[in-house]
Amino acid sequence: MSEVWQNQSALPGASATGFARVDEIGLRGAIVLRGDLSSSAVKNVATGIGGVDMPGTLGINLVEERAVAWMSPDELLLMMPYAEVDVALGQIHKTLEGQHYLAQNVSDTRAGFLVSGARAREVLAKLTPADVSPDAFPKGVVRRSKLGQVPAAFWLNDEGDIEVICFRSVAQYVFDLLANAAKAGSEVGYFSIPD
Amino acid sequence: MSTRLATGGRLIDHAAPMTFTFNGKEMQGYAGDTLASALLANDRMLVGRSFKYHRPRGIMASGAEEPNALVGLGRDGQFEPNQRATTTELFDGLESTSQNHWPSLDHDIGAVNQYLGRVLPAGFYYKMFLYPRAFWKHVYEPFIRHSAGLGKAPQDRDADSYEHFHVHVDVLVIGGGIAGLQAACAAGRTGAKVLLIEQTAHWGGRAPVDGGVVDGISVDAFTQNLIAELDAMENVTMRLRTMGAGVYDHGYVLGYERRTDHAPDMGGPRHRLWRIRAARTITATGAIERPLSFSGNDIPGVMLASAVRDYAVNFGVAVGDRTLVVTNNDDGYRTAIALKNLGLDVPAVIDARPAGGGALAQEAASLGIRIETGKAVAKALGGKRITGAAVCAQAGTGSVDEEIECDCIAMSGGWSPVVHLWSHCGGKLIWDADHAFFRPDPARPPLGAEGQGVVMAAGSANGALDLAIALADADYAGRKAAEATGYRPKRGRPPEAEQAGEAPILPVWQMPEGADQTLRAKTWLDFQNDVKVTDVQLAAREGFESVEHTKRYTTLGMATDQGKLSNINGLAVLSEALGQAIPATGTTTFRPPYTPISMGAIAGEARGDLFQPLRRTPMHEWHEANGAEWEPVGQWRRPYCYIQGDETPADAVTREVTAVRQSLGLLDASTLGKIIVKGPDAGQFLDMMYTNMMSNLGIGKCRYGLMCNENGFLIDDGVVARIDADTWLCHTTTGGADHIHAHMEEWLQTEWWDWQVYTANVTEQWAQIAVVGPNARNLLEKFTDDDLSAEAFPFMTWKDVTLNSVRARVFRISFSGELSYEVATPAGMGRAVWNELLAGAEEFGATTYGTEALHVLRAEKGFIMIGDETDGTVTPQDLCLNWAVSKKKHDFIGKRGQQRSHLCDPKRWRLVGLQTLDGSVLPDGAYAATQARNANGQRKTIGRVTSTYYSPTLKRGIAMGLVENGPQRMGEVIDFPMLDGTVQQVRIVDPVQYDKAGEKQNV
Amino acid sequence: MLMLKCPYCGVMADETELSAGGEAHLKRFGPQSSAEDFEGYLFARENPKGVHVERWRHVNGCGKWFHAARCTLTLEVFGTYSAQVTAPPQDIRDAIRAKHPDWRWRDMA
Repeated sequence: MSEVWQNQSALPGASATGFARVDEIGLRGAIVLRGDLSSSAVKNVATGIGGVDMPGTLGINLVEERAVAWMSPDELLLMMPYAEVDVALGQIHKTLEGQHYLAQNVSDTRAGFLVSGARAREVLAKLTPADVSPDAFPKGVVRRSKLGQVPAAFWLNDEGDIEVICFRSVAQYVFDLLANAAKAGSEVGYFSIPD
Repeated sequence: MSTRLATGGRLIDHAAPMTFTFNGKEMQGYAGDTLASALLANDRMLVGRSFKYHRPRGIMASGAEEPNALVGLGRDGQFEPNQRATTTELFDGLESTSQNHWPSLDHDIGAVNQYLGRVLPAGFYYKMFLYPRAFWKHVYEPFIRHSAGLGKAPQDRDADSYEHFHVHVDVLVIGGGIAGLQAACAAGRTGAKVLLIEQTAHWGGRAPVDGGVVDGISVDAFTQNLIAELDAMENVTMRLRTMGAGVYDHGYVLGYERRTDHAPDMGGPRHRLWRIRAARTITATGAIERPLSFSGNDIPGVMLASAVRDYAVNFGVAVGDRTLVVTNNDDGYRTAIALKNLGLDVPAVIDARPAGGGALAQEAASLGIRIETGKAVAKALGGKRITGAAVCAQAGTGSVDEEIECDCIAMSGGWSPVVHLWSHCGGKLIWDADHAFFRPDPARPPLGAEGQGVVMAAGSANGALDLAIALADADYAGRKAAEATGYRPKRGRPPEAEQAGEAPILPVWQMPEGADQTLRAKTWLDFQNDVKVTDVQLAAREGFESVEHTKRYTTLGMATDQGKLSNINGLAVLSEALGQAIPATGTTTFRPPYTPISMGAIAGEARGDLFQPLRRTPMHEWHEANGAEWEPVGQWRRPYCYIQGDETPADAVTREVTAVRQSLGLLDASTLGKIIVKGPDAGQFLDMMYTNMMSNLGIGKCRYGLMCNENGFLIDDGVVARIDADTWLCHTTTGGADHIHAHMEEWLQTEWWDWQVYTANVTEQWAQIAVVGPNARNLLEKFTDDDLSAEAFPFMTWKDVTLNSVRARVFRISFSGELSYEVATPAGMGRAVWNELLAGAEEFGATTYGTEALHVLRAEKGFIMIGDETDGTVTPQDLCLNWAVSKKKHDFIGKRGQQRSHLCDPKRWRLVGLQTLDGSVLPDGAYAATQARNANGQRKTIGRVTSTYYSPTLKRGIAMGLVENGPQRMGEVIDFPMLDGTVQQVRIVDPVQYDKAGEKQNV
Repeated sequence: MLMLKCPYCGVMADETELSAGGEAHLKRFGPQSSAEDFEGYLFARENPKGVHVERWRHVNGCGKWFHAARCTLTLEVFGTYSAQVTAPPQDIRDAIRAKHPDWRWRDMA
């Protein structure tokens, strides 16, 4: 038998630099939790694992590697370090036993990219019909939409620091889209850059 | 001749000369020139040939409305035909070529067509090419194909890049002339988010050319102030070289930015398509001057009066030494005055109005310009260039009073507001008889989602030709638009301009009024498509009363300029011929784009690698590096087979199938859909989704299931595994993952919303590897201590297995008839597990296998494949899968559909195996036919091939097919006529052609 | 290109983020139904030049199905509402009838 078999994110180390940077973010733990988001048990377990407050509609609360994102009226995406998923899932099953809910490990389902730079919004605006202007897409909002021809979701970690997630199978496509949109010389100069 | 003036030209930089070529000849221009102004400065008036008669054509306009000056630009990967010289900014090294002539622009053989003008009238093509019938294919069509089209299609792959950009604004202002600037300012001052776009490279539009005084300062200075104010507003974005291309539903507008056409070395995308969502749109798109209809009005040197003025004022180009102005309104005098002030000769202004003009006419007279009122041009004189004009009374039939020598005729037939964008999405027009134009009807604007008007026209686009009125109109539009989007306009008065006392226009649709047939036959309406006054009159005589029909019959307005100059004149002529008022005739439909936009801009980034998303499994790179021949399956790429050495694909498939049957094969099955269904009502729900029972599936067990739509037709199949008391895992086909998940959610959300069921599509969470063949168990046992024996892990069960510390979910299911395990691990582990299993499998002589071997293996076993045996009209019963259709369940999706008489018909085509008598492989899709004839006298078909392969296992062709009443005809031989006329004799056999007892998979 | 507000997540969704699902409020007819009822359920659809009630899914978004009342002629949207009702709610009917007082939908009262 051989060594420990290595787990891999979708595009380990993928990175491109133009007027904005695009970097693959590597492995991250993720759990899809469907249930009654108004139930205190669901809220408690979600915020406990996420280490943040319960987000409202279209909201995302994050701290370091942890986040709770509102995905639909009965669905949350919990994010955490990859190694902690099993424990977190166990916690969910224990807390919500007997209730109607669904929790699945989706850590390997998606790829994540960080689009960074003062003009990061422009990279997205080239690819999505969603309004990504500062008023419509501030920090704390998660927007599920499309990038090019595939579904994706994105939020601000901070101004100039946008995280994008998409399905794993299209990681290369989305990376290429983002890298192409961020090419130096293709700045649009539309969104005003905060000082 | 046309020349560059020593000084002047507000847009050009005399200090920055540039070199360009036209038909290979080197010429000089200046930075700020358009290709048209530079050509004129080089006395290049003749720039193209017309479409039908190959008449010499000169530059006629100075903007987007230009019908004649179409050129090819660039070369190789950057060649582009049919570009308007008037909207092409000059750059150093620009290469241009003229179009639609042979052998050369100056000596064009096709020009012989103009002498055939009398036998090439409107509708010529429709009349001529009808008979004799046989001529169509060999004579007419090749001839038409040869003559069709103006420019040549590019031969090379487009070397440039393109992109889209999505923006959401409160107020979009289209047009950066003085009205657009004022409207944007008025809106911007409220704080509304404003986008202002202008198609040319300059702000201000016509106003600085035409002059005037606003708020006590020159209109030029006033414009500069507006630009500066807008520039300072954070909430306003301004883009030059960006055309409003189209207005669509719910405030969707396309903007076409030509980023680098004027500076090819700039880098970055050439064009950017702005996909704009605007709560309100203001079309400040200006107006276009109309030509006058007189004989010879297409001769090079006849130009719109405003264009002559533009070339002089903006580019310092004198189009002629002696310019005769002919007009029916006051604006024409502006050209006479401008030229006179530059020291050029204006022999006369021919004003069709008996009473002449207003203040501008007086100014012209005071400059000593001769003014002839009530007069017309009977005929323009000249061939490749104007030499003079015959002048007559407008009221008469054209008896010539005198001939005036000139080398340019500047004509003004009045102005038409650019209503295209207003009209694209349903805005209606009204005929303004006082000004003789159609303008937007404010009572019937394009409607938005709230049912309210979402587009406003402003300035001359709204019919406000006078500067004072235009500014007030634009200010109002800007405020109103901002207010409608929730902003509060500040108080304040609109800017005030001095009004010129203008005399009214005299509508003139034919010059002179009573022009005879000879004159009318040389009076052009559509310059690019060669439509003359007589053509439209002929169409009216022949019964084409609808303007849309006349357009198509005569091709009026159907050229690349879409009739920007010709439409109003044409429909006025049609109205007159029909004896009705112009509004009764109406306009043709305005459709986007305003001017042609590049295919590249429409495609945006979606070309090359980004043309379509390509879905990759975690093992994709391995396949690529190991000889995979790809097969597209939806957006996935799956290996069809793996080529080793000199193998053909057929060799590889044979090797792969044989290895699986004899020892071991590995298949990347990650693309199979995987959907978790969980909840107290999940069992009940799955019983509705599947034709068979899923609620009673034991925990740890697997069951093959079928899904139908409400019609009763089979849409998907796959193995369902019961995970725990309230959780099932449903496998779907590769192509089915997304739409079966959507199908489930649809029923849950819209029909049974009180059922407690959650689903999750976890397809991409898992890498799945099928380990298949007699040595499958032996391989997995190398990696685990878990008990994989037949007793501990029987067929159609699943188990969590630890493979070298990796937790895998293993399904003992088979799509090949062999001992088989499907090993699912988290996707991120897929590549490592694949590598390790392959390394471990070497000792068994194992191979990876692709989709074709998978197909052969399943076909040998008579397993159906969605998309091969099914085509959306096939039921489970057709496929003899009645065993998987529950008779106990009172309902499932498709049950009622399957009860319909046609679906119960015993004569339906049903699944059988097919075996050629000579052992050869049947062609896919071949039909079986009897000697009987159907109602159309054709041989009656009784079946078709759905799957057909060479079986390496059986060493002959195997096939499956649907045959009328097939299962009752076992052993019968039927005929399959082949494309080459021969007939294949085929025996109907059991679809299971290998290991009927299923002993191999049950070990 | 339409824009519809998803009543579940509140996003003003672009048409490219949505998928259309045909006529709303169809009643399902199952195994015991008559041929006429089943035919009507499966095939008969309203196709008005005017106000239509239809199903949409916010597919590139929160994934929820919803209903929309929309004029097929002017594209005016009278409202979007829950997928989990069998007829347009009163506020939607009021919004439609404010513009189209005589509006009728199948056998809806």
